[in-house]
Amino acid sequence: MSPALPGPTMASPVTPAPDTAGLPRLLPPAGKPADDLATHLGRHGPVPYRGGVGRLIPDVRAAGLTGRGGAAFPTYRKLEAVAAAGQGRAVVVGNAAEGEPASHKDEALLRLAPHLVLDGLQLAAEAAGAARAALYVRRDVYAATRLDRHLTQRLASGLDRIAVEVVPAPPRFLAGEESALVSRVGGGAALPQFTPPRVFERGVDGRPTLVQNVETLAHLALIARYGPDWFRAAGTPEEPGTMLCTLRQADGSVTVAEAAIGTPLASLLDLGPGTAVLVGGYHGAWIPAAHASGLWLTNTMLRPLGAFLGAGVLAALPADRCGLAETARVARYLALESAGQCGPCLNGLPRIAAALADLAGLGGRRPDPRVLADLSRWAGLVEGRGACHHPDGTVRFIRSALRVFAPEVRQHQQGRCSARSSVPFLPAPAGPSTDADWS
Amino acid sequence: MMARLRVNPIACSGHGLCAELLPELITLDEWGYPVIADQPVPARLGKQARRAVTDCPALALRLAATR
Repeated sequence: MSPALPGPTMASPVTPAPDTAGLPRLLPPAGKPADDLATHLGRHGPVPYRGGVGRLIPDVRAAGLTGRGGAAFPTYRKLEAVAAAGQGRAVVVGNAAEGEPASHKDEALLRLAPHLVLDGLQLAAEAAGAARAALYVRRDVYAATRLDRHLTQRLASGLDRIAVEVVPAPPRFLAGEESALVSRVGGGAALPQFTPPRVFERGVDGRPTLVQNVETLAHLALIARYGPDWFRAAGTPEEPGTMLCTLRQADGSVTVAEAAIGTPLASLLDLGPGTAVLVGGYHGAWIPAAHASGLWLTNTMLRPLGAFLGAGVLAALPADRCGLAETARVARYLALESAGQCGPCLNGLPRIAAALADLAGLGGRRPDPRVLADLSRWAGLVEGRGACHHPDGTVRFIRSALRVFAPEVRQHQQGRCSARSSVPFLPAPAGPSTDADWS
Repeated sequence: MMARLRVNPIACSGHGLCAELLPELITLDEWGYPVIADQPVPARLGKQARRAVTDCPALALRLAATR
C-alpha cells in the first residue's frame, strides 16, 4: 500500500487504492506522489498544445468526457459555448473547492498529481480562448500543497502559456457551486447567485467563464495526449473513462480510488448485510446494501433509483449504526451550510433538520406525531425554490433516508432504536469557525 | 406572448404583496414566501401580473417569456 495522505481536516488517514487492470490513470502508480515536474514530464511528456482555439474540442467530444464535479455535464459543450461566446476574453477556472466533507478526491489529486490538473487548465484555456485562468482551491488544501511553487516553475520553464492565479475557497459546502465560484473569483463572497445569465455567457467580471472540476481537467490532459479511443478503453459506452471515488468503508477507513465507470459497487465497498450505502454524497441518496451489491458505478444504473454518482462519494454504513441518526446529523450540517439567502431554504432546512433530529432521538424531545407529514410538506416547500440546488439536493438525501430506513423510522416513532453504537460515522462538521466565513 | 412569473428567491424578502395582487397565481407558504403556480400567465390576468411585478417592493418578481 502507498503512503498515507495526511490531512488536518481528516478524521482518518486517506490512502490511494492499489492498482487494478490498466489503472490508475490520474493517480500515480502505487500512489507514489508525482508532484514534481520532472516525474510528471517523465511519465506524460510536455503539454500537447493544439495551436488554436477550439482545436481540442472534437477529441473531448469523441472521448465522451463529462464533468467530474458532480453534474456529469458534457465537457465539450461547455468548451464550445465559452469558445463561441468568449471572443478571446473568456475566463477558465479549475474548481477544487471540494466543499463536500465526505469527499477527498480533489485534494488527493492536487497532492499526488497536480501537474495533470495544471496541464488540463492550460489546455482548456487554449481550447476556450481564455485570457485569464484561475485555480479555485479549498483554503486548507492550498496551504497543504505546493501549488504556488509548481505554477512558478511551470511559467518559468515555458510550460504554461497563461499565468494561473490561485484563489482560495472557503471550506463551505456551497463554495464550489458554479455561481458562488464566479462570485468569489471575481472578488466577492463565495455565495450562490441567482441565474440566468449562465456563467458560460456571463461569469467572472462579466466574461464568459468555463468552470471545470480539477479531475475533469486532469482527464482532459490525458485525452489530449492519448486520444479519445484510449479514454474509452475504460468505462461503459454511455459513460466512458475512469473516475475518482472517495470510499468510506464500514470499518471507518477512507480511501481515494480511481475506478473505471461501470465497476461493480461490491468490488469497491465491503457491503455487509442489512446496512445501506450512501451514493453521491450529501446531495445524493441512500441505497439498501442488498440492492447496492447488484449495482455498477454508473449513472445509468443509479438514475432510476433516484441516485447519481455525483463527485464519487461512496459510504457503507456500519451495521451497528442508525441510518436515521446519521441522516439527521448530516441534515443539521446541511441546514447550517445554507447560504441563508433564499426564504424557503433559510426557513425550511432548519425545520427539517430539527424534526429529523427529534425523530432520530438526537433532539432530547419526543418526535411530534405529525413529524412525517411535516417533513413531507417542508420537503415539498423547499424543493425547486432556491437560487441554487442546495434545497433540492438536501431533500433528495432526506427522502432517500426516509425510504431506505422506513423500518427504523417506525421503531423510532415508538421510542426505540436498533443501533448498538451512537458514534457518528459520516463527517458532519459542527459548523464553520465564524458564521460569515464566505471569503 | 405567453409569459411566466418568476421570482428571484435571493431578492425576495417575503413582503407578500404579490399574493395579494394576484391570488389566482401566487400563494404564500407558511413562512410568507410566494409559491407561484406552474403555468403561464393567462391573458385575462396579464394586467394584474404586470402590476405585481412593478409593485414588488424587492423588485424580485419578473415576467419571463416561456421557453
